[in-house]
Amino acid sequence: MSANTKIRVIIVDDEELARQVIREMLAAHPEVEVMAECSNGFDAVRLVAELKPDLIFLDIQMPKLDGFEVLELIGDEFAVIFATAYDEHALRAFEFHAVDYLLKPFRAERFEAALDRARERIGKKMASSPVELSASSRVPGQYAERIVVKDGTRVQIIPVSKLDYAEAQDDYVALAAQGKKHLKQQTISSLEAALDPKNFVRIHRSYVVNLERVTRLEPYGKDTHVVTLIDGTRLPVSRAGYTRLKDFLDRQ
Amino acid sequence: MHPILGQLRRLALYLFAWVPLGCILTYLLASLGGLGWTRAVALAIPLCAVYAFICLSAWYSCRGTPLQTSSFSRLALAHLAAAVVAACIWLVIARGLAIALAHLSAFEGLDQQIAKDYPLLFGSGVLLYLLAVALHYVLLSTEASHEAEKRESEARLLARDSELKALKTQVNPHFIFNCLNSISALTTSDPAKAREMCILLADFLRRTLGLGEKALIPLRDELALSHAYLSVEQIRFGARLKLEEKTEPKVLECLLPPLLLQPLIENAVAHGIANLTDGGWIRLDISQGAPESLSIKIENNFDPEAPRRRGAGIGLKNVRQRLNTSYGDRARFEVQTNGDRFSVALSFPAETQV
Repeated sequence: MSANTKIRVIIVDDEELARQVIREMLAAHPEVEVMAECSNGFDAVRLVAELKPDLIFLDIQMPKLDGFEVLELIGDEFAVIFATAYDEHALRAFEFHAVDYLLKPFRAERFEAALDRARERIGKKMASSPVELSASSRVPGQYAERIVVKDGTRVQIIPVSKLDYAEAQDDYVALAAQGKKHLKQQTISSLEAALDPKNFVRIHRSYVVNLERVTRLEPYGKDTHVVTLIDGTRLPVSRAGYTRLKDFLDRQ
Repeated sequence: MHPILGQLRRLALYLFAWVPLGCILTYLLASLGGLGWTRAVALAIPLCAVYAFICLSAWYSCRGTPLQTSSFSRLALAHLAAAVVAACIWLVIARGLAIALAHLSAFEGLDQQIAKDYPLLFGSGVLLYLLAVALHYVLLSTEASHEAEKRESEARLLARDSELKALKTQVNPHFIFNCLNSISALTTSDPAKAREMCILLADFLRRTLGLGEKALIPLRDELALSHAYLSVEQIRFGARLKLEEKTEPKVLECLLPPLLLQPLIENAVAHGIANLTDGGWIRLDISQGAPESLSIKIENNFDPEAPRRRGAGIGLKNVRQRLNTSYGDRARFEVQTNGDRFSVALSFPAETQV
């Protein structure tokens, strides 16, 4: 980026005093402009979509959505510096391709170094999208408890227990929950990896189903089957899907 | 310490057990020894009384040859030799007693009469001594098992103490680092407040470390700790943190295990206030429940849709476990979630004196 373009920044932290430190350290840099500040994940997602900043300072533990969920929703066009008080998240932060990871409280020198790294990064495209990483960086044996979906500037939270099934649609998955469908930019395989295999089964190349919703499994033509869900929805089951589903039902 | 001589009750029981032995010896001397009843009684009773004490020496030979580690031949040799020595001593005493009694007109000729009873006395002396050996082995093994039990219960107590200690001294690192960050922010914008926060934090840490050492503390001290904690958090969260407190003055001196209330208040802040953009409230209600019981209720609002924080539930489990360790069935612990309200109620016996 050229020297006379300003770096436009959003600061996200639920504590006023924590935002104040960052603001103060940025004040020494006339080339940096603080566009907005906010104190929770919802506002962060909305503001990022509206203002398209170059750089985001992001706290991890926040009301509504945590920092990782915010990153998952805003996509990969933005440089992000995590700032958090405790280092249990450090590894995950770098798997999310964060520019840097500041441990609070931090020195001005450390802050400058992070800002320098952000300058280098701004404008470059990141290697892979955060959503895929979100699934791969999960701790083994721990599965998603909720799925966050961005609907325009609104954020929808779907508890995993409310999810009936998911259907692949090109680059998106349609998440069916409580009679509504929500579109999310994610592959069905990465969604499947994030869900607890005890409750969710991939029954078809394009479908993952919540086992608690299944009421009936019956043959449908040669080699294929159909499941019926509680709300009457019928979903196709492939041959491989049938084997997986049978395996599971036999185990119960 | 000798297991029988050391305790008056045991000595009395032991001597009482010698009464039937004395009777048998009298019978043997009277019928087999041909002494007649009067003479048999006069000899057997004092002899048994003396021999009862001689047999106590079996303790030393038993201790010298432990059952588990000594070979049978060694056991047999040691105890037989000791039995023969004891029986010989007994014979000498019997002879002395017979000679002394012979001076009395009623027992004339007893010293000659007894000579043919030596084998009988020697045989019973050896048998009685071996009986005493068996008794001492039984006593030794019961003492050893008592000892082992005592050690085990001491070890259990020690383990419980260290468990309680480990459960108590958990200062949440998130809290400390967030505080330090707030102080770092205040140093430029409001130095006086930064100093104030340093002092409050120091006060909180000092109280936490100090209280963790004790087994029971007055509620007054526990509350002071919680107030120190809350005033620090008040600076961090500002208007987002609202506290309503109702404590009956008469319960302030009640004793409770330290740091029982504190994790619950930390929970209410971390999982309630910290997740609420517009802030939340914590209600603390401490009263005397049923007579002789202290009842504590902590209620807070929270965002049911908030992301789960790591470590959720550890604080609660910890408090439940400590209540259980300290009071067992006499403590009650209830957790309730009702919409956006979360409450923990506990009650346990109220003591005011250690």
